[in-house]
Amino acid sequence: MEKVEALVELKKNKTAMAGLILICFLLILALIGPWISPHPPLVPDPINRLKGPSWSHPFGTDSLGRDILSRVIYGSRISIIIGLIAVSISLVPGTILGLLSGFYGRKVDEPIMRGMDIMLAFPAILLAIFITAILGPSLLNTMIAVGIVYIPHYARIVRSSVLSLKEQLFVQAVRSLGGSNLRIISLHIFPNTIPPIIVYATLGMGTAVLQAAALGFLGLGAQPPTPEWGAMLSEGRQYIQNAPHVAAFPGIAIFMLVLGFNLFGDGLRDILDPSLR
Amino acid sequence: MARFISRRLFHLIFILIGVSILVFLMLRLIPGDPAHLLVGELASPQDIARIREKLGLDSSYVYQYFIYASNLLKGDMGTSIRSVPVSQEIFVRFLATVELSIAAMLISSLIGILAGVISSVRQYSIFDYFSMMMALVGISMPIFWLGLMLMYLFSVKWGILPMMGRFTMGLDYHVISGLVMLDSLLSGDIQLFFNSVKHLILPAFTLATIPMAIIARMTRSSMLEVMSKDYIRTARAKGLSRGTVIFRHALKNAFLPIITVIGLNFGLLLGGAVLTETIFSWPGLGRYVVDSLSARDYPAVQGCILFFAVIMVIVNLTVDIFYLYLDPRLRIDGKG
Repeated sequence: MEKVEALVELKKNKTAMAGLILICFLLILALIGPWISPHPPLVPDPINRLKGPSWSHPFGTDSLGRDILSRVIYGSRISIIIGLIAVSISLVPGTILGLLSGFYGRKVDEPIMRGMDIMLAFPAILLAIFITAILGPSLLNTMIAVGIVYIPHYARIVRSSVLSLKEQLFVQAVRSLGGSNLRIISLHIFPNTIPPIIVYATLGMGTAVLQAAALGFLGLGAQPPTPEWGAMLSEGRQYIQNAPHVAAFPGIAIFMLVLGFNLFGDGLRDILDPSLR
Repeated sequence: MARFISRRLFHLIFILIGVSILVFLMLRLIPGDPAHLLVGELASPQDIARIREKLGLDSSYVYQYFIYASNLLKGDMGTSIRSVPVSQEIFVRFLATVELSIAAMLISSLIGILAGVISSVRQYSIFDYFSMMMALVGISMPIFWLGLMLMYLFSVKWGILPMMGRFTMGLDYHVISGLVMLDSLLSGDIQLFFNSVKHLILPAFTLATIPMAIIARMTRSSMLEVMSKDYIRTARAKGLSRGTVIFRHALKNAFLPIITVIGLNFGLLLGGAVLTETIFSWPGLGRYVVDSLSARDYPAVQGCILFFAVIMVIVNLTVDIFYLYLDPRLRIDGKG
């Protein structure tokens, strides 16, 4: 599909646009965060502990009296970066493995895909827990863990589109003209796998943000006082009886970001890759 | 069909070996002496020496793996730092998870299929838009947040449902099968039965949201595909009632992908209830993993992860076999 055509379709697709607007809103919030957040996110204020929403603290304050709105704004930076890095960590090796596996067939395909099967035998959250147990709890390790867990998904998607691409006439033509394998893969097959990769990576951003927040919630991700949404929720859990706002707002933030990526990804899928529907 | 199953079984053995190697390597990959990690900081030198000998830590990794694997085959997953055999703890915890997962799957299948069917029959209606929007909301929501909010509303604010656990402490419970609801019925203890049902509602509903959304979406798309088929038009032309056409003709043929999704999600729930169980202090396997991890109880973590992988593999195999059973066309292909 032509690029311009795809952009026109994108504008017409309400789902995709709604997602895009949501993502852009949070992205802008993340970018200008330091200038618009009403309070510093890390400075405690013991007198104003666990205060409910008010004019000076629209989202209330947490157990140390820190402003939750400011922490949520700073948290958007962390979550978006976690998503981007985690998706890149799964995307790059996943794509390479998928290309090799699909293109070279049996001898290369079998060991790679069986390895992927072994990883897929673990529920995602457990594999992520398992990896952070080995690496130790930290923000960086959360991204690595979430990234590794989703490598097989990308490998599978890329592999299946390579399998159908390599039988097509234009690939046969390049081959008969004497094009090397490397040339065929990098110049002719890879560019055609990009649309499904974009769709999956967009949806994958949502999944990565959710998983990272879950690890943070379990105490395996960002450590205090980092304003990571999952970790903030985990803190809010202790005060759910008297101060539910502590848990409520970070959760809404996670939900909005993930919903944005899911809406945008769903819309993109309709436009770029109707076969995946 | 037999060939297909035997090939899958062979595949399964291969995956299990791979999984066990990965889990075995876990203890070796975590920084520090495995013997120290196993018995903890306060262990005496004698204890550590005993563990070192038992694990064969002075010999090669290959030999150590064989010791580990042969113990596994005997059902010995090691001993947790609480000095209980891991396999025993896993079994008890697993029953709690099974009870929760079955309840969640019942809720999600019932609502998911119903919403999907109505959405497909009334495509592009307000109901369709609403339920598909809700499905998207369902998969975008952090379930640990949903769980907390439900807990706040139903337990703290309105006081209708209990906050945590499987039943109120202090109630008499005679263990028969390990499933509290079933056991209370078997022993005729109505009070315990209703008590455990009340405890189950919030976690089961929380756990059900994601599968519910996925099942609704799958039902809708599968139904839409079937509804455009010729035999549905024929059935309508014959003058059959709308209900008969939808449920007897369309849904029956649309069921295959729905069953797959239900099966796979059930597998995921059995292993993925970590968050829900943590929030509602449900004494299942997911919470056991998290607790063991924070107690640095690595034999327990190892055992659980291995157990989950086995469950996932078995569930996948069962779904595939079920698929063959439901779709005779695949059976013929499988023989050839």
